[in-house]
Amino acid sequence: MSQTSETVSSVPLGQQLGANQILDEVFEPSPFSKIRKRIFKNHSFLIGTIILLSILGVAVFAPVLVPHDPYDQELSSRLMNPFWHDKKHAVEHVLGTDKVGRDYLSRLIYGAQVSLLIGFSSMLISGIIGTVMGVTAGYFGGRVDMVVNFIINTRLAMPVFLVAMAAVVAFGASLTVVILVLGLFLWDRFAVVMRSITMQARDLDYVNAARAIGCSTPHIIVREIFPNVLSSLTVIATVEMANAILLEAALSFLGFGVQAPTPSWGLMLNEAREYMFFSPWLLALPGACLFMLVLAINLFGDGLRDVTMGQER
Amino acid sequence: MLAYTLKRTFVAFLILIVVSALTFSLSHLSTDPAMTIAGETASEADIEAIRKLYGYDRPVYEQYISWATRAMSGDFGESFHYRQRVSEMISGRIGTTMTLGLCAILFALAISIPLGTIAAIRPNSWIDRIALFIAVIGQALPTFWFALMMIIVFGVWWRWLPISGNTTWQHFVMPTIALGYYATPALMRLTRAGMIEVLASDYIRTAKAKGLRPMTVLFKHALRNAIIPVVSLAAVWFGFMLGGSIVIETIFNLKGIGWLSYDALLRADLPVVQAIVLIFASFYVVLTLFADLLNAYLDPRISVR
Repeated sequence: MSQTSETVSSVPLGQQLGANQILDEVFEPSPFSKIRKRIFKNHSFLIGTIILLSILGVAVFAPVLVPHDPYDQELSSRLMNPFWHDKKHAVEHVLGTDKVGRDYLSRLIYGAQVSLLIGFSSMLISGIIGTVMGVTAGYFGGRVDMVVNFIINTRLAMPVFLVAMAAVVAFGASLTVVILVLGLFLWDRFAVVMRSITMQARDLDYVNAARAIGCSTPHIIVREIFPNVLSSLTVIATVEMANAILLEAALSFLGFGVQAPTPSWGLMLNEAREYMFFSPWLLALPGACLFMLVLAINLFGDGLRDVTMGQER
Repeated sequence: MLAYTLKRTFVAFLILIVVSALTFSLSHLSTDPAMTIAGETASEADIEAIRKLYGYDRPVYEQYISWATRAMSGDFGESFHYRQRVSEMISGRIGTTMTLGLCAILFALAISIPLGTIAAIRPNSWIDRIALFIAVIGQALPTFWFALMMIIVFGVWWRWLPISGNTTWQHFVMPTIALGYYATPALMRLTRAGMIEVLASDYIRTAKAKGLRPMTVLFKHALRNAIIPVVSLAAVWFGFMLGGSIVIETIFNLKGIGWLSYDALLRADLPVVQAIVLIFASFYVVLTLFADLLNAYLDPRISVR
């Protein structure tokens, strides 16, 4: 910045810089417009956001959008083919029906609700646990840090999937239990990252200044340290949400998660397994939905990191 | 270094105690093993007799201590359902799971190291973009769904590969790909980032300046250094994969300990579940301990901190 202004003063303006650059020099772009520029240059962020918003929209407006009730069984029209196999019934059941004649499209739409609900709620629980632990350990250090570090390592040593299955067996399979179990298990990444960022932020000059003028510890943590961790927090939140959604699907697929007749994509995959040979789309569709949702969340998270931190990959 | 090793080993041991105590109390507080053993038709008196016989009337911590002392000598008790020694059930099946885990991690490394390296040599080239694409897809692909799709395409439509069992090497092809593919994104990103950092360092410039062949610089100087963190991450991932093998083994009917744990959970067969949790946890702890000590040995500053 200072270098440019020096050269500008010694050489005629028009030769040194293009018209746009001069404008940039005179009118320094606001931070907001810089971020806006980065957003529109970042295609994966745009694509991720668009897919994510559409899935969110579909989930929110599910009751209006679905052509049939997702729980309505119609045994006379079981296992109907989707539109690319069966042109005749395409209008009534666009994506066919499952083994008890429930409209597949309607179930897929409601499945988005279940996945988003589980992903978001368990991410919220694990985020709170992990952030509190990580920030506490990072800020206080010493003994507190040692204890938290031990808890983190213990959690990492537990085979999550197996222990989650055992917990579901112990407390009974339901939506709430799955959310709680995943929320209580997936906080490790939050804790690890929050701890190391807080450690770095603890010794910054303005934090020391806040301490010197006698701010209370809660005030320093909330007002001075927390803004530092916020952008990493949102990025990890997306990673963990995707993680929770995948784990719920795997648990439900094995029968240790959400129970029938709830339309969960993982559970639909479980129910479709026996029709693998003759109706493979029953397996293909819920998995494809799951893939799109997780892909969108990941692209959104990656893009968010690039946009807010200005770093690549 | 010795003090560091001892300290880390002690902490690792402590972690195992806490993990096993947690799973032990989780399973014992929520379900009644005496009822599982007696079956649904048993009378109240029978259940009470079994509770006394097996010692389930004692406090949980007492039961845990006696279980843990026996577990240390490799005795995990008897399966409720199969009436077989748990240690025998596990030792007969652990080979399958280890083979699968090793094949999967080798598959992941075989893809991620070359791709990551080439991507680092030519950042933003088409091969870098392909590598990024594979990583993005791999992170979003649900492992079990990927496995099911492979079964449909390669097993049912084209009939190239067997879809269930573990008798021949062909049975391991699809499970290996399904399990290994999930680890590639993380390993590839780490290889790429490490290589970019190493290639920009001074000693690589020196090696190039003194006229060494580009391949020598790349393999003998750059890759050897960039690969160290990748190997320690791979060790940790190997531990995760044993956990991931539960779904994969169940889908492909590969009867390793992943499948065994699924089967045991369906039957509420607690001794088997506890033993497998402890084995998975020990594996993870030993592997991370190994990775930590390797890092400390390579970078002595770590052990002083």
